[in-house]
Amino acid sequence: MAEFVQQLINGLSLGSIYALIALGYTMVYGIIKLINFAHGDIYMIGAYVGYICIKHFNMGFFPALIISMVICALLGIIIEKIAYKPLRKATRIAALITAIAVSLFLEYSTMFIAGATVRTYPQTLENITFKPLEGVIINIQQISIFAVTIILMIVLQFIVHKTKIGKAMRAVSSDKDAAQLMGINTDNIISYTFAIGSALAGAAGILVGIYYNTINPLMGMLPGLKAFVAAVFGGIGIIPGALIGGITIGVVETMVSGYASSLYKDAVAFAILILVLLIKPSGLLGKNTREKV
Amino acid sequence: MSLSKTTLTSSKYYKKLVNLLVLLVIYGIVQLLISIGILGDYYQVTLAMICINIILAVSLNLVTGFTGQFSLGHAGFMAIGAYTCAIITKSYDSPVAFIIGIFAAAVLAAIVGVLVGIPTLRLKGDYLAIATLGLAEIIRILILNFDDFTGGARGLGSIPQYTNWTWLYLFTISTIIIIKNFIDSSLGRACISIREDEIASESVGINLTKYKVLAFVIGAFFAGIAGALYASYFYYIKPDLFNFMKSIDILVIVVLGGMGSLSGSILAAILLALISSYLQSFAELRMVIYAILLLLIMIFRPQGLMGTKEFSLSKILRKKQTSHENSAS
Repeated sequence: MAEFVQQLINGLSLGSIYALIALGYTMVYGIIKLINFAHGDIYMIGAYVGYICIKHFNMGFFPALIISMVICALLGIIIEKIAYKPLRKATRIAALITAIAVSLFLEYSTMFIAGATVRTYPQTLENITFKPLEGVIINIQQISIFAVTIILMIVLQFIVHKTKIGKAMRAVSSDKDAAQLMGINTDNIISYTFAIGSALAGAAGILVGIYYNTINPLMGMLPGLKAFVAAVFGGIGIIPGALIGGITIGVVETMVSGYASSLYKDAVAFAILILVLLIKPSGLLGKNTREKV
Repeated sequence: MSLSKTTLTSSKYYKKLVNLLVLLVIYGIVQLLISIGILGDYYQVTLAMICINIILAVSLNLVTGFTGQFSLGHAGFMAIGAYTCAIITKSYDSPVAFIIGIFAAAVLAAIVGVLVGIPTLRLKGDYLAIATLGLAEIIRILILNFDDFTGGARGLGSIPQYTNWTWLYLFTISTIIIIKNFIDSSLGRACISIREDEIASESVGINLTKYKVLAFVIGAFFAGIAGALYASYFYYIKPDLFNFMKSIDILVIVVLGGMGSLSGSILAAILLALISSYLQSFAELRMVIYAILLLLIMIFRPQGLMGTKEFSLSKILRKKQTSHENSAS
C-alpha cells in the first residue's frame, strides 16, 4: 500500500510536468492546428535558462522560475514570428516540417553552445522531506512541482476565462475568420498563445531540472512527444483535457516502470494514445464534430 | 489512321528503350568507377544511403504524397525489414538466404502494415501522424525488449554483407518503376482522388479503407526491403537507428522533393545525402546548418522542390525533337 502511494506521488509529480508541457501543445494546436514539435525543446531551453540563473547568477528558485518563463515566452513569440507566420497559408505538412526544423535548430544550437554533455542541476531547494504515511516520502521538489503547477493552472484559467485576451483566444480557436471579422487581431492573439504556452513549458523545464537533477540538449524530445500524447488523450484544444491527460500519462508510466519493466515505460504512453484514438478519436473530453461537405 | 497508330506504338517502344538504355548506362558507369577504384569506400557508403533513402522516400511518397495519408512511422517498417533480414542471414549465411531474407522482410513489413493500417487509417491528418509515430515507437521498443533475438539495445552485429551496388540499384529502380506504374493504374488514380477529396471520392464509389490500406501496405513492403538492404550493407543494426527521427528524416525527403512527385523524392534524397556528406566536417554545427536550410526551404518553397511535377527523360527528348522539327520547317 505504502509503495502504491509512493508510486502515485511520483507519478503525479511527473504527470504535472507533462501537463504543463501538454497545455502549450493543446493551446497552440487549438488555435493554429499545428503540432508544434519545437515545444519540447522550449521546455529544454527553460531548463537551461534556469540552470544559468541558479548556477551563474546565484538566484533562488522563484526568481529563476520567473526569468526562465519570461525568456521562454519571448522565444515562443520569436519562433512564431520567424518560422510559423510565413507559413500560415501553406499546407499543414509544410508547417509541420518547419516545426521539426525549429526543433532541430534549438536542440543542436544548444548542443553547439553548451556541449552535448549531461549537466547536473544545481541544488537550490533545501533538502526537506515529509513522511505523511509510514514508508511514504514526499520531498520538497515534489511539493514545489505541485504548488507551481496548481498556481499556474489557476492563473491560466483566469487568463483564458476572465480576461479580454482569453476571450479573444477562445474566439480565434473556435473560428478564426469570424474572429477576425469581429475586429480581433488574430496575429497578436496567436503570439500571446505561443507566449503563454512557452512560458508554461519553461516552468516545466526548470521543475524537471530540480526534480531529476540532470539536463541535456536532447531532453525535450521524448517528454515533448508524450506531452502531445497527453494533449490528444484529453482532447486536443481543451485546457482541462491537457491536465487530465498529462497526469494520467505520468501516473500510468510511473506505475508501469514501478511494477513491470522500466523498458516498457516509453511504450505505454503510445499504447494509451493508440487505444484512445481508436475508441474515442476526439479525446477524453473532446466533442465529436460532424464532417460537412 | 493505322499509320499514326503504328508510329504511336513505335514511339512508345522507343521511349522505353531510351529509358532502359539510360538506366543501364548509369549502372555501368557507377560499376566501372567502383571496380577501377575511383569511387572510394566513403562515396560508396553515400551512394548506398542515397539508394536506400530513395526506396524509403518513394514508398512513403505513395502513402503521404499521393494518397494523402500522413504517416510518421515509416522507420518502424524499415526496422522490421532490417531485423528480419539480419536474423535470417545470420542463421543461414548464403546468397539465397539473403534473397529470401529480403522478401521475408518485405512480406513481414507488409503484414504488419495491414495490421497497423486497418485500425489506424480510420484516423485523419495529425491524429494519423501521431498514431503511426506511436506504433513505430512501439515496434522499436518491442525490438529493444526481445533481446534474445534482436540483441536488445546492444544491437545486432556481424550481419553477412551481401548488399552491393548491383542489388541496391536493382531494388531502387524496381521500387520506382513499380510505384510509378501503381500510381498510373486505376488503383493509383483512386488513391490520388482520396488525397484530393475523401468525401467526393467516397461518393463516386471508391472504398476509402481499401485504397488507403493498399497504399500503406505497399509503402510498408518497400520500407521493409530498404531496411533489409540497410542491414545487409552496414552489417550492424540497433533499435536507435529506427527511432522517430528516422521517420522524420524520410518525411523531410518527401516534403522537400515535393509531395506527389517521385522524381522530387529522388532528387531530394540525392541532394540531402550530398549536403550531409559535405557538412560532415562541421561536426555539431552540421545539424544547425541542416535545420536552417530546411527552415529556409520550407518558408520560401513550401510545396517542395518539384511540387507535383515529374521529371521525365522522354519528355525532354520529345521537346528537343519538336523544337528541331519547328526549326527545320
